[in-house]
Amino acid sequence: MEMHPWLPNLASIKEMLEVIGVNDIYDLFSDVPNEILLKGDFDLPYKEPLSEYEITLRLKELKSKNMKLLTPPFMGGGECPHYVPEAVKFIISRSEFYTSYTPYQPEITQGLLQALFEYQSLIAELFELEVVNASLYDWGSALAEAVMMANRINKKTSIAIPANINPYHKEVLKTWVYGKGLKIIEIPYDKYSGELDYEKAKEIISSSNDISAIYIQQPNYYGVFEEEIETITDYAKKVGAISIMGVNPLSLGLIKPPGEYEIDIAVSDGQELGLPLNYGGPLVGIMATRWDGQLVRQMPGRIVGLTKDSNGNKAFTLILQTREQFARREKATSNITTNEALMAIANAVFLSLLGKHGLKAMAEEIYARSHYTKQKLESIKGVTSAYQGDFFEEFALRFPIDYSLIHSHLLKRGILGGIQIGKSEALFCVTEVHTKKMIDTLISEIKEVIESVEAS
Amino acid sequence: MWRQAKWDEQLITEYKSTSNRVGVLIPTEKEIRENVEIKLPSKLKRAKQPELPQVSELEVIRHFIRLSQMSFGVDTGFMPLGSCTMKYNPKIEEKVSSLVSDYHPLQDFDTVQGILEMVYEMQSMLAEMTGMDQCSLQVPAGAAGELAGVLMIKKYHEDKNRRNRDEMLVADSAHGTNPASAAMGGYKVVYIRTNKEGLVDLDVLKEVTNEKTAGFMLTNPNTLGLFESEILEISKVLHSVDAKLYYDGANLNGILGVVRPGDMGFDIVHINLHKTFGVPHGGGGPGAGAICAKGEMVEYLPYPLVQKKDGKFTFDYVPSRSIGKIATFYGNIGNVARAYAYILGLGSKGLSMVGKMSTLATNYLISKLKDLRGLSLPFSDRPRKHEVVFSAKPLFNDTGVSANDIAKALIDRGFYAPTIYFPPNVEEALMIEPTETEPKEVLDSYAEAIRQIIDEAYKNPQAILNSPSKTAVSRIDQVIANHPSTVTPTYRVYRLRSEGKISHLK
Repeated sequence: MEMHPWLPNLASIKEMLEVIGVNDIYDLFSDVPNEILLKGDFDLPYKEPLSEYEITLRLKELKSKNMKLLTPPFMGGGECPHYVPEAVKFIISRSEFYTSYTPYQPEITQGLLQALFEYQSLIAELFELEVVNASLYDWGSALAEAVMMANRINKKTSIAIPANINPYHKEVLKTWVYGKGLKIIEIPYDKYSGELDYEKAKEIISSSNDISAIYIQQPNYYGVFEEEIETITDYAKKVGAISIMGVNPLSLGLIKPPGEYEIDIAVSDGQELGLPLNYGGPLVGIMATRWDGQLVRQMPGRIVGLTKDSNGNKAFTLILQTREQFARREKATSNITTNEALMAIANAVFLSLLGKHGLKAMAEEIYARSHYTKQKLESIKGVTSAYQGDFFEEFALRFPIDYSLIHSHLLKRGILGGIQIGKSEALFCVTEVHTKKMIDTLISEIKEVIESVEAS
Repeated sequence: MWRQAKWDEQLITEYKSTSNRVGVLIPTEKEIRENVEIKLPSKLKRAKQPELPQVSELEVIRHFIRLSQMSFGVDTGFMPLGSCTMKYNPKIEEKVSSLVSDYHPLQDFDTVQGILEMVYEMQSMLAEMTGMDQCSLQVPAGAAGELAGVLMIKKYHEDKNRRNRDEMLVADSAHGTNPASAAMGGYKVVYIRTNKEGLVDLDVLKEVTNEKTAGFMLTNPNTLGLFESEILEISKVLHSVDAKLYYDGANLNGILGVVRPGDMGFDIVHINLHKTFGVPHGGGGPGAGAICAKGEMVEYLPYPLVQKKDGKFTFDYVPSRSIGKIATFYGNIGNVARAYAYILGLGSKGLSMVGKMSTLATNYLISKLKDLRGLSLPFSDRPRKHEVVFSAKPLFNDTGVSANDIAKALIDRGFYAPTIYFPPNVEEALMIEPTETEPKEVLDSYAEAIRQIIDEAYKNPQAILNSPSKTAVSRIDQVIANHPSTVTPTYRVYRLRSEGKISHLK
């Protein structure tokens, strides 16, 4: 190779080797056993470098194999479609953020540190909890980290989780706690309301003396609000367990935040605060705790704090670093290093833009549109609500025919319907990106397919 | 002469807006709003609205632009952070990430064939480049890959009913993530000493490897930038008791295209796509990772993987002994697409040059620095690979100027500092990784800056001890930052403390 835009020294090899005092680049690899040195280039489908233009052609080709939808997906399950304001994209595209590294050198990265501090601060107000870390990977792993925190604090090994939480979070949790040998106990939920079965919860929690943590998701996987969260926190206190609450961040424009329940640890995902769907990632795991040294000292990940510089000016730096892997090695609170910093900044910009008024307006709009959609769908003959509890953004319906028939009919029309959660049940998601017109189209298409199947 | 912007920028929550301001309009459907009443169960209602800012779009933009001006990225200047591989992030990557931005992870596979084809290609290309049989892209970062690898090893031994395999070996020069990941997997960590050459002490390794050994987590080249030349012997020792050899891919950049972990005898490999494959670091994430395996370990990879059946791609392949899911959906696919752009832009010809050119850069820099008074090059004088660790101990003894002071003086000259005080087995360590994307002239100017700093340290150490002075702030008070009576992780804490509502962090 003679030239490449990302390999500027190809033309200086000889000169650099002379300075080093060797004849050949392979002299720098003389300590690699000869029998394992690669002979020749990698065997890849792309032999020669592609020019930028050729890369865009390949991109076009791949894009043409994805289906273009007419409307944003009516699909949630832990990730919902939202509009991302241009200002958010604009700020996170700034090179000084985008191509920077973890701010271990605070003097030269004050702006990045302040932006992350502001993310922490805005989430703290939203959740009404005092301490927030600078992000984790996603909701599922944040839940796993919270559970492991609880185990480090009280040394107990059973985790009580509702059966009606996000199943993907459940899978992640099971993987992450396998190494520590923690046990997961599922609490059933009420099939009529969709809420947790609080009587069963009491039974299960009081029948074991080994409950380390109790988790509850608000609203739960079916979009239904859990109305008795105090029961869970009271019981957690009673049995000496840590209470963990997962929460939809946009719903907090309307409903009680974790802090009002005196929850120990809250977890969430910031995807709904200014991130596109990204086919499932990057997301941004949120974790917050009460003002309690025991919890804060066990918190995983980075935390930015406010301080002063040597001239007495306001300054920011990473704090409480003795919790982290580079300082404590096997005694660290987690192995996490790279987290989701840039996505956290997207959250900070988004929440700043929305502000007090926008957040409430957004939550109300989503509440109204999702309720409108559900009411209209329920008015179709044979369609019923799967659960009776009040809900936010997502809701489950029962159909008189196999849902897969509905789903494939909708796809033919360029509409992505809900997630199938049973033979004739599906979970739909409606947000501010679904206009009344789109919603009405969805409703009439569903009506049409049900009527045509039932007529045949 | 470099100077950083210096805005005394208040917090966004401190902006005092006189009236109701908003930075973005929320779409409203009047017809729906007139017909749907918002009536929450009263016990669920939020008592008072959160203390969020009330600012216009301009104020938000200006605020964050000012913050960005007080930051520093690869696009701003040289960032030779050891173990971090801060290479240039080609701009075409952004465009390619648009392949995935508007798609939902639970969409029917038929509707995302383009995305799945890209992921499928990435799985096999990354396997080829590491000498493995298969890769899973479940892991959102390197540490998550390590956790996956540790759990795979655990499950493997459990499948063989080996209840007493509770030790994980880790080199004493390893990244802190290795022992932390081993501990998360429930293992006892046993450290392997580095010998005088800066390599794994084979005698110690033979001594501690036994029926209790589950595996060995190793980087090669190691954190000193040295290649573990006894690697075939190391892998024999581990495999003789059926323990697994785990490759921490943080240092892959130094050998990419020269030698593959799979050919060295490694069973499992994690890759940091945000290091070796050009994905931007984003100020500490999002990254992206891959966890790859060889032979029987493939069956333990975290699910799901993309498979191809009858010309169609599906994202539902679950290896028979899979440890489970590591991420909520598929990992950071947006960044996998960015790495894909990087791989296409180099092709196998270019990728085969990466290790050679990054190693060339490191050794070129060593030639420029190794004879400087005040610096010593610990361990052997063998060529380094992706990075080099110098010790500033002589300088510290002579002048009182430490590795940290050198770092701050470099910052004052418009360079990002190297990684300092790591690995732990080198005193006053300066860990420098130039990468292959920096032109020779940049390396020259960096070496010159270090030479000048050392010169100054011998003549007038106080000038160095006072740096940085050209950054947005001067040195940070770590006591105020961390003391239980003043520690302030959020503005909320600041506010509640000033109202007397919270006390010391107990």
